[in-house]
Amino acid sequence: MKHQTWKALATVIALAGILMLGACHKKAAPPPPPPPPPSAAPTASISVSPDTIAQGQSATLTWQTSNATDVSIDGIGAVQPSGTQQVTPTDSITYHLVAKGSGGNQEASTRLTVTPPPGAEAAPPSSTEEDLFGHNVKDVYFDYDRYDIRSDQQASIQADMLFLNQHPNINFTVEGHCDSRGSTEYNLALGDQRASAVKSALTTAGINPNRIKTISYGKEKPFCLEESEGCWRQNRRGHFVYQK
Amino acid sequence: MNDTHRPVPHFTIGARLLSALSLLILLGSLFPSTSFAQDWVRTGSGLGVEKVHLAVPDFKPSNSDPQNDALLKAFNDTLWNDLDNSGVVELVSKSFYPLQAPGQPPEVTFGVWNSPPPNAAMLAFGNLGVAAGKLTVQGWLYDVKNTASPEVLGKQYTDVATSDAARLIAHKFADEIIFRLGGGIPGITESKIYFVSDRSGNKEIWVMDYDGSNQRQLTHQGSVSLSPRVSPDGSRLAFSSLTKAGWDILMFSLDLNRLVSFPRFGGTNLSPAWSPDGARLALSSSRGGNSQIYLCDVSGANLHRITSNKGPDVGPVWNRKTGAQIAFVSGDTGLPQVYTIEADGTNQQRMTDQGYAVSPSWSPNGQFLTLAWIRKYGPGEPGSSDIYLMDIASKQWVQLTHDGGRNDYPSWAPDGRHIVFQSSRSGKEEIWMMLADGTKLHQLTFTGRNTQPNWSWK
Repeated sequence: MKHQTWKALATVIALAGILMLGACHKKAAPPPPPPPPPSAAPTASISVSPDTIAQGQSATLTWQTSNATDVSIDGIGAVQPSGTQQVTPTDSITYHLVAKGSGGNQEASTRLTVTPPPGAEAAPPSSTEEDLFGHNVKDVYFDYDRYDIRSDQQASIQADMLFLNQHPNINFTVEGHCDSRGSTEYNLALGDQRASAVKSALTTAGINPNRIKTISYGKEKPFCLEESEGCWRQNRRGHFVYQK
Repeated sequence: MNDTHRPVPHFTIGARLLSALSLLILLGSLFPSTSFAQDWVRTGSGLGVEKVHLAVPDFKPSNSDPQNDALLKAFNDTLWNDLDNSGVVELVSKSFYPLQAPGQPPEVTFGVWNSPPPNAAMLAFGNLGVAAGKLTVQGWLYDVKNTASPEVLGKQYTDVATSDAARLIAHKFADEIIFRLGGGIPGITESKIYFVSDRSGNKEIWVMDYDGSNQRQLTHQGSVSLSPRVSPDGSRLAFSSLTKAGWDILMFSLDLNRLVSFPRFGGTNLSPAWSPDGARLALSSSRGGNSQIYLCDVSGANLHRITSNKGPDVGPVWNRKTGAQIAFVSGDTGLPQVYTIEADGTNQQRMTDQGYAVSPSWSPNGQFLTLAWIRKYGPGEPGSSDIYLMDIASKQWVQLTHDGGRNDYPSWAPDGRHIVFQSSRSGKEEIWMMLADGTKLHQLTFTGRNTQPNWSWK
């Protein structure tokens, strides 16, 4: 009898508690449901790799968007929100992406440059030896007041050497140039050392020194005239000239 | 105002020494005894040498010949300019002059000149006239404080009746005054400046009078010709030119007005410089591998190397007093610095301590170098360089130019008082002149680009 009484009492207390709680709950008016949050603005980015190709080569277009429901790229059409695609355009082109979502629109673009095929690989019949020389023999660039060959110029020297070895009948001149700052006389001497450094690098690697003349132009015959870091950098070079 | 003037110095050998000392004191006072080199040059009365107050009224016509006006203008302008830029006199402004100026000694009223407003110590006056196609100029220099015996100088000149002749007479008269009032150092009014100009389409060697008149082309190489240096006796000019073979030293005869033979050395040959006895040349040559300083006889024989540095060596100049040392530029430690070395190749000394230093020029008294210097050099520095004066014994220096632009290639006048240099301060490279304390700065060339001036030795 006692057990059943306790059970009944517990149930009553529990029920009362629930009722009380329910009553508290029921007594406050429920808050209105919060308005739905505004949609996030879409993001978009697009890139192409490599960004310069020769005609006939392909590149990979890569894009990424978020919060977009409708993504399209000019020249391609509707695409997935994110993805990659191989492209093989015949001319330089700018890929323009538009991402639309409930939060708005976002655009992005990237440029792919298409160059005519390299001369060595597809020389047109009228290409002369001098043209080949101009296409393939790269100038060597120097730091301010320096005449030592920079490590990032070694690749040019190597490529030049390769071409010069393949065409052992070509003779040429290396001109030493300086930027517009500093004294006329000192720059002539510095240009001379630049030309010599390039000649030395080539002869050490086996090119016959009799094929190479050197001359300094100091700052007398610049490639550009602006007083700017970009132009100065352009002028500090060993310049190769085909000897006719 | 109580102005006390020193008595006019007697022109004896003692006075010559006195004025040489004055010049040294003038230049010496620019270098403080502390180890800090002065940055600005103090000018004016603080330097301890007071310049003579000279009045120079326009010369008067001696007759009514119609040619007089033009010739008087040429004469008066030249005389005033020569004296104003001389560095030895302070010209009294014409606005203080009485209306009546003297043309003859009897016309001089001392009291008018030696008291305010002119307050002059000396008076230069005279007359000019054309008669029968000839030009005659009479000129006097008077000490207006010495009414008893005022005449210091009285001269008469005769020449053809042309503007050029009038200018030449003005130069000669000005030099007489400068010699007497400047303590026995000859004036420079008849000296010449050789320089490079591109106004003909190519860089060629040109020459002009020291005041910028009579600019004329000397070489017609049709290539790039640079670094003119005239011989001590004024008969020849050496320069560097881009020929078919490369950069060669070429020799131009000023007497014959054409090139004369000079050997080709091979390599890149630059910046020739004459020894003061005219017997040898110093030059930069890369015939041995990299550019180093070589000496040779004036015929080109006996070519031998005197430096053995790593970087390019260029721009030599001889000690004008002794002919025993040479200053030059070397990139041995990186950026170019100025060095001196004995002519036998020993005792190489570095003169500059930092920055980018080039273009040394040795003063006639052997004591100073001027050079072009960028003292603070850093990456991307746009390259504003200034002309500096350095005492060789102490290596203390003074900055002479301050107004920006690229200033380079200073060259001393034979009087040791003036410096000519190239500057881009007007917007492009032109040739400018100043006194050795940085004052009296004025432009000499205006057409094309003009660079690398070289002052004659006398």
